[in-house]
Amino acid sequence: MNGALLQAAAVGHIYNGGQVGCEDVSFELYPGEILGVVGESGSGKSTLLACLSGIIRPTSGNVRFDVAGQGLKDVFGLSEPERRMLMRTDWGVVHQNPRDGLRMAVSAGGNVGERMMNVGARRYDDIRGAAVDWLERVEIDPERIDQLPRTFSGGMQQRVQIARILVSKPRLVFMDEPTGGLDVSVQARLLDLLRGLVRDLGVAAVVVTHDLAVVRLLSDRLMVMRHGRVVEAGLTDQVLDDPQHPYSQLLVSSVLQA
Amino acid sequence: MTGKTMLKIEGLAKTFTLHTQGGVSIRVFDGVDFAVGSGQCVALIGPSGAGKSTLLRSLYANYLPSAGRILARHRGEMVDLVRAEARQKLEIRRETIGYVSQFLRVIPRISAEDLVAEAAVAGGAAPQAAIEQARGLLQRLNLPEALWGVPPATFSGGEQQRVNIARGLIRPFPILLLDEPTASLDADNRAVAVELVREAKARGAAIVAICHDEEVRDRIADDVFDVSSYKAAA
Repeated sequence: MNGALLQAAAVGHIYNGGQVGCEDVSFELYPGEILGVVGESGSGKSTLLACLSGIIRPTSGNVRFDVAGQGLKDVFGLSEPERRMLMRTDWGVVHQNPRDGLRMAVSAGGNVGERMMNVGARRYDDIRGAAVDWLERVEIDPERIDQLPRTFSGGMQQRVQIARILVSKPRLVFMDEPTGGLDVSVQARLLDLLRGLVRDLGVAAVVVTHDLAVVRLLSDRLMVMRHGRVVEAGLTDQVLDDPQHPYSQLLVSSVLQA
Repeated sequence: MTGKTMLKIEGLAKTFTLHTQGGVSIRVFDGVDFAVGSGQCVALIGPSGAGKSTLLRSLYANYLPSAGRILARHRGEMVDLVRAEARQKLEIRRETIGYVSQFLRVIPRISAEDLVAEAAVAGGAAPQAAIEQARGLLQRLNLPEALWGVPPATFSGGEQQRVNIARGLIRPFPILLLDEPTASLDADNRAVAVELVREAKARGAAIVAICHDEEVRDRIADDVFDVSSYKAAA
């Protein structure tokens, strides 16, 4: 079938010391689809995310993205400026630590507006208007638009980061432990917000997490990774309710019921 | 009395292998064959543990069968749900197969009416029309209006069940799977639920239901299918 947005073919990354990051990972992601990737620390999920999002070059296989007007193109075959442009416009990365995704010395509104300027917005009123609108959508008081993210709580910073990414209407968002390090109540709010935004905008996403509740809520499909390899993949609820692989069974059965 | 075959199950088997329990195998059923036509309701019967819910969950691709085929009429063609790609399974769930589970999976901060409307929007309805339709259904199911805008986490079992029924029936799914849809309802609401299921049948839905209440079963089912007679042979 045609129309995949992102295609990973036998993607692997072996670090210089011979340490296996990830190995032989293949999947296709279609517009609007949300793929969850779970596994314990060291399972290779962050390495995979880095390969997919153009940050580290796979040592085997390739990653192809449907570049507007050009069809599927090898992400690492693009020139550096082309790849940067892609990252600033069509893609968004939600980092676990909002400090990695925000410019801490720029106001909340400036952080959101900057991404808009990347996609060509020039009129100050449009940019400011969109920043206000997006801060409201992520439930941040627009009164605080001119304040620095440093003065915000962790949960608020995470929401500013999400506004900054979604304002440019990316087609694909990569999320690395989007709720990591947040209080449970803040997590629930953020997840619910992400779920609504992602569904309303129809963006596709790859969500890496060790939290099974996060993928249950957000993702349509799930991959379970261990020792750098995908051990099981399928519909999220099927993998969680009827896991087949011994490791997936262990992972699911290890979660404490609240 | 029934129309075109909508669902055809062939040689279906399910065995759970519990790797965390020393690899013990639990054989639930084997060689299950039956078909459901448009406008027909088949009730799954058998004692607790016979595998009724396991079978129903398999029909929704929530459980992965060990063998056999589940052919569902999707966009006019019979598609094997067991072997379909994940993406096609999702499409089938959006358009073709509706499922009313026994328990509502509550999502933090999402109100009852949004939860119901969401199922219609996923199938392509306009958001405003979906909300209207959700309210109409919740009204019919006698859910107090004051609760429509509230997340169902704090609802009683019967209230949650009604939200669940509304969510499953808001779309005219060609195939419906119902797991104890009336278990926690009082007599009045049970009657409404039965009415809704009969309306779905009348518009041509093929239905597979689990219901222990014999009176409800008699009112909705045309045939029964005894899962316990398919106990996997050792």
